[in-house]
Amino acid sequence: MSQEIWHRLIKNKGAVIGMTFLALLVIAAVVSPFIFDYEKDVINQNLAIKLQAPSAQHWFGTDEYGRDLFARVMYGSRYSIAISVGSVGFGLIVGTILGSIAGFYGGYWDSIIMRGVDIFYSIPNILKAVVIVSMLGTSTFNLIIALAVSCATNYARIVRASVMTIRDLEYVESSYAMGLPTWKIILKHILPNCLSPIIVQTTLLIGTTIIAASSLSFLGIGVPAPAPEWGALLSGGRSYIRIASHICIIPGLAIMFTVLALNLLGDGLRDALDPKLKK
Amino acid sequence: MYKYVLNRLLALIPVILVTSFLIYWAMSLTEGDPALMIAGDNATQEQIDQIRHELGLDQPFLIQYLNYMKGMLVGDMGTSYVTNKEVFSTFMHYLPNTLILGGSAVIVATIVSIPLGIYTAIHQNTWKDTAGMVFALFGTSMPNFWLGLMLIIAFALHLRMFPTGGLRGWSSLVLPSITVGFGLAALITRITRSSMLDVLRQDYMTTARAKGCSRDRVIYRHALKNALIPIMTAIGLQMSLVITGSVLAETVFSWPGIGRLVFESITLRDTPMVTGSIILCSILMCLINLAVDLAYAFCDPRIKAQYSKKG
Repeated sequence: MSQEIWHRLIKNKGAVIGMTFLALLVIAAVVSPFIFDYEKDVINQNLAIKLQAPSAQHWFGTDEYGRDLFARVMYGSRYSIAISVGSVGFGLIVGTILGSIAGFYGGYWDSIIMRGVDIFYSIPNILKAVVIVSMLGTSTFNLIIALAVSCATNYARIVRASVMTIRDLEYVESSYAMGLPTWKIILKHILPNCLSPIIVQTTLLIGTTIIAASSLSFLGIGVPAPAPEWGALLSGGRSYIRIASHICIIPGLAIMFTVLALNLLGDGLRDALDPKLKK
Repeated sequence: MYKYVLNRLLALIPVILVTSFLIYWAMSLTEGDPALMIAGDNATQEQIDQIRHELGLDQPFLIQYLNYMKGMLVGDMGTSYVTNKEVFSTFMHYLPNTLILGGSAVIVATIVSIPLGIYTAIHQNTWKDTAGMVFALFGTSMPNFWLGLMLIIAFALHLRMFPTGGLRGWSSLVLPSITVGFGLAALITRITRSSMLDVLRQDYMTTARAKGCSRDRVIYRHALKNALIPIMTAIGLQMSLVITGSVLAETVFSWPGIGRLVFESITLRDTPMVTGSIILCSILMCLINLAVDLAYAFCDPRIKAQYSKKG
């Protein structure tokens, strides 16, 4: 079954482009500490060479403190990947638990959980994240928590809808008849059948979260300086937009291509996992 | 139908109660002391205590919250710690600017995306379709604050066609509304395309053509009207995106709207301003969702009948 999905996925050109880009990005994130010294190459200031345009020596130019932008963008991929995967993973666990309980038990549980989710939904994501970060303080971990809240509400809605369609099927009833405990039925028989929408949502949410994290860093409440998170690089370059626009352009391109790759993969996965499109 | 509207409006009460409690609680846990901030660096401990007492900050959290809600019941959302102005009137002062920005972004997005979605659906699996979808893919992948900066570099700094920011006539509205509307346009294009494709495959489309309707008439009178519901749902659901986009676009373009107001109030720890503004934002979002739901009734008589039954 999974082999069939994989075959359908690699037939999709967009998904292959997306996967290739993401594989390169992960490699860049893993090898950057071996290529660049964090203290010397990434955060050390050298004002003599500040705001230089891209050249053979500095491929992406230098920033307002004379730091090599290529090294900072490469290193920045570690932050973007860690923050997005961390918050989506955290949101996935919390959202799946809440969505499963609401969808499986229905009644009061469903009302209480879903009204809570609706209320969180009614506050715009960015304002929610800004309030949470102000409450917890500015740090990478707190940023992950703030972004995970929005992810959790998304997952809770999706998992609940999937669980509700599956819980009344005959094989779930027979599991009951066999005397399996409820948690085991949810974990072993219901959730594996909700995987398709969860997988698609995960790829798309990682992209959305990368944008959200960089937005918060752009507003100055994301990853604290001098860490080279992509949104923070953009924010730093904003004051020099007239004389050194490359500081704004390059980190933005990095964000855009990463999210583009995730969206291509997400679309490919949706098509590959959709039984209606099976030939 | 009016009962349905009333029920939806009553459902706002728990939203207001829970949102206000959560925001008030979150703000009480943030670092820094508002009394210290108001008093300034040279204030004595006595002066700080006096301010704390006047603001009721020396009372337990629950009492502070209940006092705040008591005020809200009579329409008093408190006074800003920083500007000393009423929260409600300050919010209302900035709201029109955000509504103008959000409204024009939605208009820009709709004007571009619905015709593009129809065009790509009609030309499915051709290069025209691919080009439209590539545009949509870039639109959903681009951080809108970055797009704003790119627009400033191209159209304000190089071509000098529009101002770089501020609120100075219609020309200052162009770049911020494209910034907020671009992502929305990409989403609506995708939804219009898939929704149109679903409708165009229906049997009644073939029937309409067999009865002698022209291709354009079938597309615009028969198909588009039936494809509109998912499109309107998408626009309604993306209002959160518009508000999020506005917070960032207002920062990039120094636009005096509620997004910037809330963000600045949070950084200044202005609890009454933050709590009041976020409650009002949530109410605004719920009202927009209600307006979208009601708009369905005008598009689809079946939904209107359902509302009447429920009501």
